[in-house]
Amino acid sequence: MAKDEMTREFKLVGTRALRPDGLDKVTGRARYGADFALPGMLWGAVVRSPHAHARIVGIDAAKALALDGVKAVVTRADFPAGLTGSDWDIQENVMAGEVALYDGHAVAAVAATSALIAQEAARLIEVSYDLLPHVTDVDAAMRPDAPAIRPGSADHTVPDGMSPNVVSYIEYGRGDLDAGFAEADIVREQTYKSEATHQGYIEPQACVGQLGADGKGEMWVTTQGQWYVRRDCANVLGLDVAQLRVTPSEIGGGFGGKTTVFMEPLALALSRKAGGKPVKLVMSRAEVLRATGPTASASMDVKIGMKKDGTMTAGRVEFRMQGGAFPGSPVPDALKCAFAPYKLPAVLHIGYDVLANRPKAAAYRAPGAPMAAFAVESLVDEMARELGLDPLELRQKNAVEEGDQSSYGPKFRKIGLKEVLAAARAHPNLAAPLGPNQGRGIATGYWSNYNGDTAVSMAVAEDGTVQVSVGTPDIGGSRASIGLMVAEYLGIPYESVRVNVVETGALAINEPTHGSRATFANGKAAVAACDQAIKEMCRRAAADWGIDAEAVEWIDGAAQPAGPNAGKFPPMSLAEIAGRMSDSGGPIAGHFEGIPRGVGASFGTHVVDVEVDPETGRTTILRYLVVQDAGRAIQPAYVEGQYQGGAAQGIGWALNEGYVYGADGRLQNATFLDYRIPVASDLPMIDTVIVEVPNPGHPFGVRGVGETGIAPPLPAVANAVAAATGVRLRELPMSPPKVLEAIRGRRDG
Amino acid sequence: MSKIHVTTTVNGDPVEFLADPRETLLDALRDRLGLTGSKEGCGTGDCGACSVLLDGRLVSSCLVLGVEAEGKRVDTIEGLAEADGTLHPLQRKFLEHAALQCGFCTPGILVASKALLAKNPDPTEEEVRYWLAGNLCRCTGYDKIVRAVIDAAAEMRGAA
Ligand code: FES
Ligand code: FES
Repeated sequence: MAKDEMTREFKLVGTRALRPDGLDKVTGRARYGADFALPGMLWGAVVRSPHAHARIVGIDAAKALALDGVKAVVTRADFPAGLTGSDWDIQENVMAGEVALYDGHAVAAVAATSALIAQEAARLIEVSYDLLPHVTDVDAAMRPDAPAIRPGSADHTVPDGMSPNVVSYIEYGRGDLDAGFAEADIVREQTYKSEATHQGYIEPQACVGQLGADGKGEMWVTTQGQWYVRRDCANVLGLDVAQLRVTPSEIGGGFGGKTTVFMEPLALALSRKAGGKPVKLVMSRAEVLRATGPTASASMDVKIGMKKDGTMTAGRVEFRMQGGAFPGSPVPDALKCAFAPYKLPAVLHIGYDVLANRPKAAAYRAPGAPMAAFAVESLVDEMARELGLDPLELRQKNAVEEGDQSSYGPKFRKIGLKEVLAAARAHPNLAAPLGPNQGRGIATGYWSNYNGDTAVSMAVAEDGTVQVSVGTPDIGGSRASIGLMVAEYLGIPYESVRVNVVETGALAINEPTHGSRATFANGKAAVAACDQAIKEMCRRAAADWGIDAEAVEWIDGAAQPAGPNAGKFPPMSLAEIAGRMSDSGGPIAGHFEGIPRGVGASFGTHVVDVEVDPETGRTTILRYLVVQDAGRAIQPAYVEGQYQGGAAQGIGWALNEGYVYGADGRLQNATFLDYRIPVASDLPMIDTVIVEVPNPGHPFGVRGVGETGIAPPLPAVANAVAAATGVRLRELPMSPPKVLEAIRGRRDG
Repeated sequence: MSKIHVTTTVNGDPVEFLADPRETLLDALRDRLGLTGSKEGCGTGDCGACSVLLDGRLVSSCLVLGVEAEGKRVDTIEGLAEADGTLHPLQRKFLEHAALQCGFCTPGILVASKALLAKNPDPTEEEVRYWLAGNLCRCTGYDKIVRAVIDAAAEMRGAA
C-alpha cells in the first residue's frame, strides 16, 4: 500500500454501504442457531443443579429411559477422565463431576424424539445431593473461614495464608508510590463494588451436534468462534480436533459470551450415545442466565494522590473479582485498564482472582474494563469536585499521549485520547443547561484492542467478482466493513465483493470475533491476501503484453504498465484477467495466515446528563454523548452502532442490571422480567462523535471499536447521579431503592 | 399427549398443522410450519422477539398456544414484504438507518412497528419508545431503530 495511504481520500471506505446480510435479516430469512434442523434430528434437554454447592450422590435415569421416545441420557461418566488445566475446567463446567458448583450447573442431559419428551424425561431423572456450604459474594469468599470451593486449585502466585478460594494473585507497578502520595496535596481512598451482569444477548445458545462412533462429527452452532467450539468440544470429548467440523450460524449477539462452549459438547455426547443421530439443544433464557457466563462481580479499593491543580502523583488499586467456581475472572485486564488514561509517575496494581459458587464467567465486552473504570473514574471525579476542578480539564491535564509509558508497562504508540477529550469539550451537550435534580457526569474508558490468530482467503471468480472467506462470525456488520476494504484496495465496486463467514474446514484456525479484532485483523489480513492476487494478476498481464512482471502495477482495479518505459498498453481490468484465467495459468487467489501486528488502542469519553427523582430514587437519562477514537471508521453507521450499543449496556449495568442471589445461593432473577436490561423507553437518543486518529499499524488506520464504549458509562452515570443528588453511590447497580436510601441518608445526616 | 388438528391462515395462506396442546404458537410457527423468522429470546413474554399479529393484534407468540390459532389470521415477519419481494418501508428504513446489528430482535421489532403505524401513522419519538418497550434489543441502544420507525412513518404518510 502506498505510503500516503493514511491521508488519502477513499472511494468506499467511510461510506454508509448497506450490509450484505441485511435483506435476510429484515425478512426473517437469516438462519440463527435455533433455526437449523436436520432430518431424523433428536431434541435434547439438560438437568441442572438447583443447589449452589452440593455433592452428587447418585443419578437415576431409569424412569426417563423408560419413557417412549427417549434415546439417550448422558452424565459425566460419558466423558473422558484425566483432563487438566483449562480443559478440565471447561469439561467440569459443561457437566458436573462429583460436585455441583453453582445453581444451574449441568448434571445430566437427555435426548428424545421431541423437545417436549426431552423436557419430560429431564424432569424424571432423579439426582440426589448432599448439600455443602456455599458462598457467592467475592469478599465473603476471601474470608479465611469461607467454604472452600475447590481446595488446592490456587496457582503458584498466591501467597501463603490466603483463603483457599483465592486462586491467583497479581501485583505489579512502577515508580515510588510513597513518594508519589507524599507529593500530593490530597490523597483519597475509597472502596467500590459492582455486581455481576450478563451479556444479555437476545439469542440463547443453540446448536445441532452430530457425532458418530468413528469419532467424526459436525456441529451447527451460534458462536463468536467456530474454531474455539471445535477445539473445546474435541478436548472435552476426547476427539481429534480436525475430525470435527463446525459451521457457524448467523449470531444473535454475543458480547464475549459466545466465545466458549456450554452445552455444545452435550449435544455431541448425546448424539454419539444415540447412534449418531443429530441432536438439537436450545437453551431457555433461565438457562442462559443461570448457566452461561456472566461477567465477574468486583470489590475494588482505589487510592489516588493529587495536587491542588489536579496533577495526579500516584495511584494504587486493589481489585478482588470472582468469576464463578473456576479461575479466570477478568482481573488482569481490569488492572491494565485502571489507570491507562493517566500519566502517573508511581502506580501499583494488586489483583485477586477468587472462586465463588456462581457460573463460570465468560468474556463480556472489554472484560474487566467497566468495573475498573467505575472505581477509578468515580474517585477521580470525587477528587475533582473536592478541589473544585473541571472534570474534563482534569482529565486533559493528566491524559496520556504517544510516547508516554502506560500505567501497565509498554509505551503508547499513536493514540487519540487528547483528541477525544478535546472533541468532548467542544460538543454542544456540555453547554446544555441543567435543572433541579439534574446532574452531569463525565468519564473516560480504555481498551487495548486485539489481533489474534487470523486466516483469510480471497479468490477471483470468472466474471471478475471476488469472494472473501473469513473466520469471524459477523455480529454487527463486519462483512460490510471487510467488503468495503477489499473493494477499495482492489479498485472494484463494493457490490462485486462477497464476504463469507466460513466453517472450520475452509480455513486455518481463527480466533473468535472478540477483542474488537474482526475489522482490524481481517482488514489487514485481507489486504495481504489481495496483494498476492494482485501480484499474480500483474504477472498474467505482463505475460500477455510480453513485458517484465515488475514493469506492471495495479491502479484503479486494473493492471497497467508502470511508466512509459514499460511499453504502451491499455489497462487490463480485473474482469478481463479473470475471464481469461483458466487459459493463462489457472485460478487466481490469495490468502493470509498469521497474527496481524500493529494493534491500535482506543480511548473514549462519555458525557451524560441525568435527572434523579428525589421521591422514588429513579434515574432518568436525559442526554448521552459518546466520543471515541475509531482510528478509521470503515462504515460509520456501524461504528456509531457499536458506540450506542456499548453505552446502552453500560447504562444498564450502572442502573438496573445485576445478579441477585438468595441466602440459599440460588439466582433470584433468572428472567428478562427480573434481570431488566434497558428498553427503548429507558433511553434517549445517544449522540456520537467518531474521532479518527488513524492507527499507523493498519492499512486503513483501523483500531477496533466494539469494546471501549462499555467502560465509561458506569462511572459517567455514577458521577452524574452524584452531581444531581449530592450523594455518592459506590455500589452498582444504582437501583432506585439504593439511590433513595442514599438521598434519605443525606437528608437525615 | 394426542395432537390437535389446527386450521389457520398464516401470512394470507391457509395452513394446517398438528399441535401438541402444550406447544406455543411460536413453536408451531417455527417447528411445525418452518417459519423460523419469529425468534424465541425468552419464552416468557419479556423480550418481544416472537412478536406476531393475531387477527391484527400484536401478541407475543410464546404466550399463545398453537391451538389458539384455530380459525384466526396470523401475520409474521415472513409476510411483511410484498409477495414479489418488494420490501415494506419499515424494512427498507431499517436497512438504510443501520437499525440492526445482530438482527435477532429485528423481526419482532418490525412486526411491532407495523402494528404501531397501523394505529398511529405519525408517532412521536416518545410514542415509538413506549410502544417498543416490550421489544428488547441488546445491540443498538435503540437510537437507529427509533429513527428508522419515524422515518418509515413519514414516508408512508407521504405515499398515502
Ligand atoms: S420469546 Fe416471546 S416475548 Fe420473548
Ligand atoms: S440488533 Fe441484536 S438484539 Fe437488536
